[in-house]
Formats: sequence, C-alpha cells, structure tokens
Amino acid sequence: MRKFRGAAALILVAGLLAGAAPAPAASLASAAADQKAFQDNFRSRFPAVPFADFANGPYSVNAPMRKQWEEIMQFPPYDFALDEGKTEFAKPFANGKTYADCFPNGGIGIRQDFPYFDGKTGEVVTLDLAINRCRQANGEKPLKYQTGMMASLTAYMAETSRGKPFDIKIPDDPRALAAYEAGKKYFYTRRGQLNFACASCHVGAAGQRMRGDILAPALGILAAFPIYRSDWGSMGTIDRRFTSCSAQMRSTPLPPQDPAYRNLEYFLSYMSNGVPISGPGTRP
Amino acid sequence: MASSIRVRAQANGKTTEVQALIQHPMDSGFVKDSSGKLIPPHHIETVRFEHAGKLVLMANWGPAVSKDPYIKFAFEGGAKGDPLVVTWVDNLGKTDTLTAKIG
Repeated sequence: MRKFRGAAALILVAGLLAGAAPAPAASLASAAADQKAFQDNFRSRFPAVPFADFANGPYSVNAPMRKQWEEIMQFPPYDFALDEGKTEFAKPFANGKTYADCFPNGGIGIRQDFPYFDGKTGEVVTLDLAINRCRQANGEKPLKYQTGMMASLTAYMAETSRGKPFDIKIPDDPRALAAYEAGKKYFYTRRGQLNFACASCHVGAAGQRMRGDILAPALGILAAFPIYRSDWGSMGTIDRRFTSCSAQMRSTPLPPQDPAYRNLEYFLSYMSNGVPISGPGTRP
Repeated sequence: MASSIRVRAQANGKTTEVQALIQHPMDSGFVKDSSGKLIPPHHIETVRFEHAGKLVLMANWGPAVSKDPYIKFAFEGGAKGDPLVVTWVDNLGKTDTLTAKIG
C-alpha cells in the first residue's frame, strides 16, 4: 500500500512538472511574451519601485542602502575611470582613426543598442567585443576584458547614453532567436556545487540579503555597467561580474566574452528593454 | 594628464564642507603580486588642505589607508570663491597639488 502511494505521488509530481513547464516553440512572439512576464513579475513584486528605477539595481529595492549610495554619489568613485575613458576614446589609433569611426553616431549615446545580433556573423556582439574588434580592425592590440581600460572606455560610452532606455532587438532570424533561447536557458539553468541558477538569486531572491549583500533584481541589472564595486576596489565590466558570479556559485567561470556569456547578456538586456542606461554605476 | 585630486568644497554659512578624492595606489608593502613578489610600499604620507594661507587640515596617512582615498571634513570660515589648496606627498617623494575654488 505504501509503495503504491509513493508511486502515485511520483506520477503526480511528474505531471505537475510537465504542466508547469510547457515548452512552446520559440518564436519572436514567445520572446516578447517572456519579456512581458519577466517585467510584470518585478513590477508586481516591487509595486513601489518606478520602472526606470530598476536601473539602479539593489538601491531600487532597499532604502537604507539607497541612502548610503546617494551619499557616495556626491563623489562617484568611478570619476577617474570616466576621465580616463574619455581621453582614450578621443585618442587616435596609430593609423589616425578613432573609436568614433567604428560606431554609429560616433560612439556617443549608443550603449542602449548593445548587445545586438549581427546577421552577417550570426552571433551576439556586445559593446566590449565591438570595442576590441574596432581596435583590431585598426591594427591595435585588443584590450583585456573585465577591468582597466575596457571598463573605462565602456564607462565613458555608457555615460554618454545615460537615460536612454535599453532597445534590444531580436531580428527575424532563427539564429538570433537561438541566441536568445540559449541565453535564457543559461539564466535559468542550475550549475556549480551550490546548485544555483542566475535566476535563483536575481529573480527568486531579488531584494533579499545574501549575507551582507542585497541581491539586485535581474530586471535592469546590466543598465549600470560598468561598475565601481567597493568589494573589488576598482572598476569591472559585465564580464567581470559574470565570471565572479559563476565562481560564487562554485561553478567554473567561462572565458570573458564566451558565446554563452554574450547570449546571456543578450537575453538579460532584452528582458530589460525600456529600463534606462544608468552606467557607470557604483555597487557595494 | 588630469589631476590626481578631486575636490568639492561648499561654503554654508559659518563652515565649509570639503570632500576630496585622491587617485593613488596606496600600496601597503605587504601585498604580493601575481608572481609572488612583494609590491613595495607606495602610499601617501601627508595630505594638507590650506585656506587663505592657513592650514585647515593635515593628515598623516599610512599603509592602512585604502586605495584612491576619500576624505570629508568641515572647517570654520571660508567663503564662496575662496581658493582651497590641496597637496599630498607620498613616501617616494611624489607629490601633487590642486587649487580648488570654494563653491
């Protein structure tokens, strides 16, 4: 009798799982529906937070932390990086060209359009990757990802785009949709010894504490990048955040700008469409 | 090269509130680099704030102070438009100075 009941429960659980996770064929419409559900979830959980304020990460959902942040922002610690980035951006390469020649609108006010899906190469191109491709096309060595000049340059480019809402497009191309789906899968897949998914913290436990830190809501989480993180004592790019998150979950971090990370950035940025760019940011 | 010093000084009636951020590695001398070698000490030893030729704050800093240090204080006096001179000297004898205007 007992055995029978156990088996029945198992069947019931299996049924629930199947019911909870229907797998509709991915399409542009399903991506748009994902986005709406994603944003509605955060809106309904944090009804007091104005939508645009999700660009401010943990500060949008935690009042005491916000107060500290406002104090810090009287004198933002990313100021030096911003200056360095501005100077570097204007400095010509050995061949006389500049970064401005590589980007639409001279590289000013375009952060919200990244990452985008490149139909020619069939891959997701992030701002960081575009910067290094620009350098290589002009005979310069690529910059190291994660810190240093890459963070300073993206800080400057983000600063010129402040207030512009994320405007990520998924073109009508099955490869673009596949990249989006891969990013989504990465975001919800549990990994590492701690068996965490990105979503465990940044959706399920957003706004709650993880030891001393407040977990940022996934909505708008990339809007403030690159960030000066007090814990790092320096600037860091999205790659630095992704790799350190991976390590914190006790999983092996991927190399910076790995296609999986780029797809993840594509997914997260698309989910955050409408949230204004607030970078460069500061985080505890 | 932009200055290594950022200052914001605000006169509000009797007192002036000063905030400053200094770009400096502040190496303590106890940290090893990736190849295992000690990074030699390199930190600011004194930082001075002078208003109208009068020293309003001097601090002796050492290896315990963080990288890119930030300081905030207030002093009596100071009016809008007055110059405020900030100077730091580190243990290698390097120095930088900046004259800011009180706002």
